[in-house]
Amino acid sequence: MTPESIKGRRLVGLFLLGFVLFNYPIISLFNIESDLLGIPVLYHYCFGVWLLVIVFIRYVTRNQVRESKPPSDLR
Amino acid sequence: MLSTETVLFFSFSYIGLLFAIAFIGDRHAEIGMSLVSNPYIYALSLAVYCTAWTFYGSVGRAATFGLGFLPTYIGPTLVAALGWLVLRKIIRISKIHRITSIADFIASRYGKSTALGSVVTIIAVLGIIPYISLQLKAIATSYLIVIDFPLTSLPRHFAEVPVFKDTAFYIALILAVFTILFGTRHLEATERHEGLVAAIAFESIVKLIAFLAVGVFVTYGIYQGFGDIFEKARSMPELRQSLTMGSRPGMYANWCIHILLSMMAVMFLPRQFQVIVVENVNEDHLNKAIWLFPLYLLAINIFVLPIAFGGVLHFQGSGADADTFVLTLPMEMNRPVLALLVFIGGMSAATGMVIVATIALSTMICNDLVMPVMLRWPLLGLAQRSDLSNVLLSIRRGSIVLVLLLGYAYYRFVGEYYSLVSIGLISFVAVTQFAPSILAGIFWKRGTKAGAMSGLIAGFFVWGYTLVIPSLVQAGFLPTEIVAKGPFGIALLKPFHLFGLTDLDHIAHAVFWSLLANCTMFVGVSLFGVPSAIEHTQATFFVDVFKYSVDSGGSSLWRGTAQVGDLRSLLNRFMGPERTEEMLAEYASRHAIDLNQSMTADAALVSHVEKLLAGTIGSASARVVVGTVAKEEPLGIDEVMNILDETRQVIAYSRELEIATNELKAANERLKELDRLKDEFISTVTHELRTPLTSVRSIAEILHTNPKLDSQQHRSFTSIIVKESERLTRLINQVLDFQKIETGAMDWHISHLNLKEVIEDALTTTNQLIEEKKINVGCRLPENVPLITGDRDRLIQAMVNLISNAVKFCRDNHGKIDIDLQVAADRMQVNVRDNGIGINESDQNVIFDEFRQIRHVTKGRPRGSGLGLAITRRIIDFHNGRIWVESQPGKGSTFSFTLPIKTVSIEV
Repeated sequence: MTPESIKGRRLVGLFLLGFVLFNYPIISLFNIESDLLGIPVLYHYCFGVWLLVIVFIRYVTRNQVRESKPPSDLR
Repeated sequence: MLSTETVLFFSFSYIGLLFAIAFIGDRHAEIGMSLVSNPYIYALSLAVYCTAWTFYGSVGRAATFGLGFLPTYIGPTLVAALGWLVLRKIIRISKIHRITSIADFIASRYGKSTALGSVVTIIAVLGIIPYISLQLKAIATSYLIVIDFPLTSLPRHFAEVPVFKDTAFYIALILAVFTILFGTRHLEATERHEGLVAAIAFESIVKLIAFLAVGVFVTYGIYQGFGDIFEKARSMPELRQSLTMGSRPGMYANWCIHILLSMMAVMFLPRQFQVIVVENVNEDHLNKAIWLFPLYLLAINIFVLPIAFGGVLHFQGSGADADTFVLTLPMEMNRPVLALLVFIGGMSAATGMVIVATIALSTMICNDLVMPVMLRWPLLGLAQRSDLSNVLLSIRRGSIVLVLLLGYAYYRFVGEYYSLVSIGLISFVAVTQFAPSILAGIFWKRGTKAGAMSGLIAGFFVWGYTLVIPSLVQAGFLPTEIVAKGPFGIALLKPFHLFGLTDLDHIAHAVFWSLLANCTMFVGVSLFGVPSAIEHTQATFFVDVFKYSVDSGGSSLWRGTAQVGDLRSLLNRFMGPERTEEMLAEYASRHAIDLNQSMTADAALVSHVEKLLAGTIGSASARVVVGTVAKEEPLGIDEVMNILDETRQVIAYSRELEIATNELKAANERLKELDRLKDEFISTVTHELRTPLTSVRSIAEILHTNPKLDSQQHRSFTSIIVKESERLTRLINQVLDFQKIETGAMDWHISHLNLKEVIEDALTTTNQLIEEKKINVGCRLPENVPLITGDRDRLIQAMVNLISNAVKFCRDNHGKIDIDLQVAADRMQVNVRDNGIGINESDQNVIFDEFRQIRHVTKGRPRGSGLGLAITRRIIDFHNGRIWVESQPGKGSTFSFTLPIKTVSIEV
């Protein structure tokens, strides 16, 4: 297993997690008329999960800049 | 509030600034100091996804549907996570095959088919035109709002305004000029436009700043923060329902389908493909872009709801269009500077999309629609034209104007009836039709050209039926009965409720049916058909792109001949002589061949030329063009399969070969080393043998020639002879012993023995040696020692070897040797410590190897055969023990060995 493929698998896992979190039935648990700090919980939830996904992508891709060597001169 | 002059001045200044940025970007690219080659610019250029739809439309949608605007941005976030798997592969494929558009990608994947490329182009153009019209509408509307304030009751009927008095028409023309100037300045084999990307990235910054500014102003300037707005919204019945997703039937399915829709759109919209794939400088930039881009989306969406709710609360019942809240709210609050910033931001969002989309579409129209027709139409005399690069550029410029005019026409006749987002979603559904062919194309080899073609056409047909026909009905081109009662009164065929499906909204409904038709046809036709040789080839190169090296792309699959001169003139015609020579020279130097010397081009060169052309005129056209000068022997499917298998096997074999070669090399090194050691050994041993032999002989000669020596002298001479012959015997015995142990011919006499006695015996044997060098021997042996089994004589030999070794290396005057025996539960350990010169760390590992003698820098080689320690180790090994050395140079060494107390199984 190369570092590339490990990263790829983690990101696919993250995608699946995000897809589940953003869809029925989980999203229906937050589709309620109730709020937190004056803002509806559904909004908190959507933006929160969104930010979480971004942070995780950042985490998975950290320090990976020089690991892969794509063909440098594509002719 | 804002005069026409002010607005126009700032608008044109802004466009001038964009020109400047694009110009600087291009200049830097020419001198090789790319401005755009970094992940941040790349991520910002991806944000061309946020168009006027995001800038104005999201607020409009949020005002009626609450969170309904959000799936459009959640999808891209999820795709970002998937980007590493999907986008990286698409980028790699496109770079290797020099693919410059989505039509080219699909055409190339399914056997470089011109027909498929044309179909994709037509779908893309028809699908994107509404989207372009949306941008024109947004710019025109925002302009009118800023000018006509406080008249906020838009939209009006554009169709009543004559074309030449219509702002949108001039906007379309200005955009066409900008796009032509920076998109088609010259033909590039890679189709990258650095200046343009720089300008797009700048526009992304401007639109984000503008939107955040108005967001902060509305949330904290007009209201007291998020809580306040939501509090007020809760008290308003129409907004109250927007606070949740509600509980309409099919709501969650709609939500899910909209997420899927935006996932496809963000990858397969022609402009997204352009910035993600074609304009990509370095695959590594994906690493950062896949989290920066979602972060950008998040930032630009945070204030959508506050602005939407704030606008609804503010304009209650005044009939203001929610799509324009972003602009009308600052106007209402008398903030002209902010309004101007917003206007510029909206313009950024719209122009960015239009420019990139038209460039992408013009490439497709030129390469996949016009070129194939021209190449097959001898009447045009294309074959006779010597330089086609200008023709190509003209075609592209023409198609840019055409696309923008089509967008304008759509805006004029249909656009006014729809909100911004609804128009954009129609385009999303159109490009989603590319998803099955592309996604299956890069992961599934079995998809065929016929499958892709029928899938695309089926999906396109359903898209047209469920979304375009209703829009034409709305615009008054078709009777309304079609939507209300179904065509010919067949209710099951109502475009919005096909087969009675009513739970989904119009878009989700269209996505579902079109993708169902598309996928079914694609998979079904693919499975029932047989791919041709070239389809199979391309499928393998696409799916296994990471397995094949960059250069192998296709040359092994081409058999035939072409003349170098023909190829050269072919390139000349499409790229001009300068670039042709440049590229051929580069190829020649890389492969170390002289193209002027050789007449016939090999397969590698032909396929290289085809790729170069593919970058300029698309892979399908390139194949046709190269086919005119190259005589190809068609390959059968079996041959293709064989070659592909061979290629893979060759790669595997060469890897195995490499490993085997390395092993052989190592073994060879080892053998050489052993050979060297053996030579050294022989010279050492012969030297060692000669020394005693010489002294024996010379003394014997003395005795022979002087028979009258007195008895004292006589005795001393003979004793030397005895000693020297003993030394000789010892040496020969050692060599013989080693030989025996090595070949397994040694006789071992196993008995119970006491290790303490062994040590004492060894000391007795070496007593004379020790006495001679006046060495002080300290011996600490315990009283009672458990018996072990082993070969007594051999162990004594091992012990003698260690002691004489210690003696050999001890200091000359104050030599000291310590011997001690430690008894543990399961083993005994013997340590022989000297205070000699010590052994370097690097030598400690090899000292037990046969023929090894550690050379001292000053003293040279020590005496002895170099076999003593090797024999000792073998004896200890035989007794299942372990031997090692610890040493510090200058402070002496300690040789230790352990022997197990229960030497369970020594074979006798």
